[in-house]
Amino acid sequence: MALITCAGLSLGYEGREIIKDLNFTVSGGDYLCIVGENGSGKTTLMKTVLGLIPPMAGSVVMGDGLKAGEIGYLPQQTQVQRDFPASVREIVLSGCQSRQKGFFYKADDRALADRNIERMGIKDLRDRCYRELSGGQQQRVLLARALCAAGKMIVLDEPVAGLDPRVTAEMYRLIEDLNKKDGITVMMISHDIGAALRYASHILHIGRRVFFGTKEDYMSSVIGREFISQGGEDR
Amino acid sequence: MSAVFAKLALYLTYPFVRYALIVGVLIALCSSLLGVTLVLKRFSFIGDGLSHVAFGAMAAASVLGLTSEMPLVLTVTVICAVLILRVGQNAKIKGDASIAMISVGALALGYMLMNIFPTSGNVSGDVCTTLFGSTSILTLTPKKVRLCVVLSLTVTAVFILFYNRIFAVTFDEGFATASGTNVKMYNLMIAVIIAVIIVLAMNLVGSLLISALVIFPAVSAMRMFRSFKSVTICSAVISVVCAFLGIIVSIIEGTPVGSTIVMVNVAAFAASCIAGRYLGGV
Ligand SMILES: Nc1ncnc2c1ncn2[C@@H]1O[C@H](COP(=O)(O)OP(=O)(O)OP(=O)(O)O)[C@@H](O)[C@H]1O
Ligand SMILES: [Mg+2]
Repeated sequence: MALITCAGLSLGYEGREIIKDLNFTVSGGDYLCIVGENGSGKTTLMKTVLGLIPPMAGSVVMGDGLKAGEIGYLPQQTQVQRDFPASVREIVLSGCQSRQKGFFYKADDRALADRNIERMGIKDLRDRCYRELSGGQQQRVLLARALCAAGKMIVLDEPVAGLDPRVTAEMYRLIEDLNKKDGITVMMISHDIGAALRYASHILHIGRRVFFGTKEDYMSSVIGREFISQGGEDR
Repeated sequence: MSAVFAKLALYLTYPFVRYALIVGVLIALCSSLLGVTLVLKRFSFIGDGLSHVAFGAMAAASVLGLTSEMPLVLTVTVICAVLILRVGQNAKIKGDASIAMISVGALALGYMLMNIFPTSGNVSGDVCTTLFGSTSILTLTPKKVRLCVVLSLTVTAVFILFYNRIFAVTFDEGFATASGTNVKMYNLMIAVIIAVIIVLAMNLVGSLLISALVIFPAVSAMRMFRSFKSVTICSAVISVVCAFLGIIVSIIEGTPVGSTIVMVNVAAFAASCIAGRYLGGV
């Protein structure tokens, strides 16, 4: 059984439908890229899959022993209040929440948080206040947090937005490592169609026309060829 | 100066003064803990609304002639806290409108009850006492002291145990949900804790001034510190110190307890603003 099965899924806000009758599955070990234009409903789809907003019709079923607690999520933007006092380390540690058995973090939770802080190259920002960081630095903090929570699956909404080229490359390598070496299933929204085609195993294209299938099928499909030739602009 | 200390030493030999200090400090401690969460989640108005509900319940309890009004007030306030949270999630009635409806309704009902069934000749005095606390902290019975101590220690213990979860839910509900935290339940828990704190704090400062006790220490601490943990600890310290000083001053000078504590908190806020400017955040 697949990790996530979406059947006849319709989604939107307050009675206004954005996507109708969507069907796709994500199996263990997949690397799924979701592509589409601005406003086509990618973020909404991701939130619906994660159960943050209810579907308008259809169903999202989690299977294969995937529990909500094993998903690391990188939101596109967090509505962190302007004056929230929180250090980088406190935020990354909060990603260990789902692993936390008792009430408090254990030594291995702390070690995991520190490892991911190091991975994202934000070790010297560890004790800084989150709201005083630059956009790219904040993005890395949230990535480190998502990595802590990614037991079986990681769900990323535009992970490289705001990152410099070096960290972007690093990021893609890291995600690939997670997927290939640790067997973590990846679901990622990206406007970087080149990277999507390089790393993904499956593509979900949403917009006026919808496509779901393997990368190879997408590249030979009409919709895929058009989208790619226009550098990621739906017509 | 020594005359002041002599007077203080004399007062401290009275059990009711010691009770007041113990209860005051404990209530101040637990009401400051959730302040940060309330301010950041834009829940501060829930505290305000609930304090009016507590006022209404208090009025009802005194009309009914209950000997100990705390259990009734506590039950009603907790139920209203849960209701406000539930209704707030329902998009049909907007959150703040529903809070205003419940709280103003309770306020009007309470005042009405106190006028129709006056328990003493001095209705406006009674109303004033309930709204501003006046001297009630000095007239606590040992039974009520015990209840206050147990409740505030429970709130503090629950807060410490769930500190990490409360942080996660306050910081980012979406991420917390995705990584398997039962956000609804923790929001409910936060609402229940707020209700308990409101009822407790009502004994200390009266129902109109409760918000000050919850919000001032948190906002002062946020002026000086930049991490959640240090802000939480600092606001607890500020709150306890202010309550202690406020009670002492009010005993010596004979000023109303509630407003004295709030004035000390205002002074602490001003001091924090200045300190924050020079520290530049720690
Ligand atoms: N909270 C909301 N309430 C109502 N409508 C919304 C809300 N959030 C988004 N929308 C609408 O839903 C549509 C899809 O938005 P969504 O954020 O899912 O797009 P997206 O594909 O992620 O775009 P982008 O590439 O810019 O991130 C948009 O038309 C947007 O206006
Ligand atoms: Mg989006």
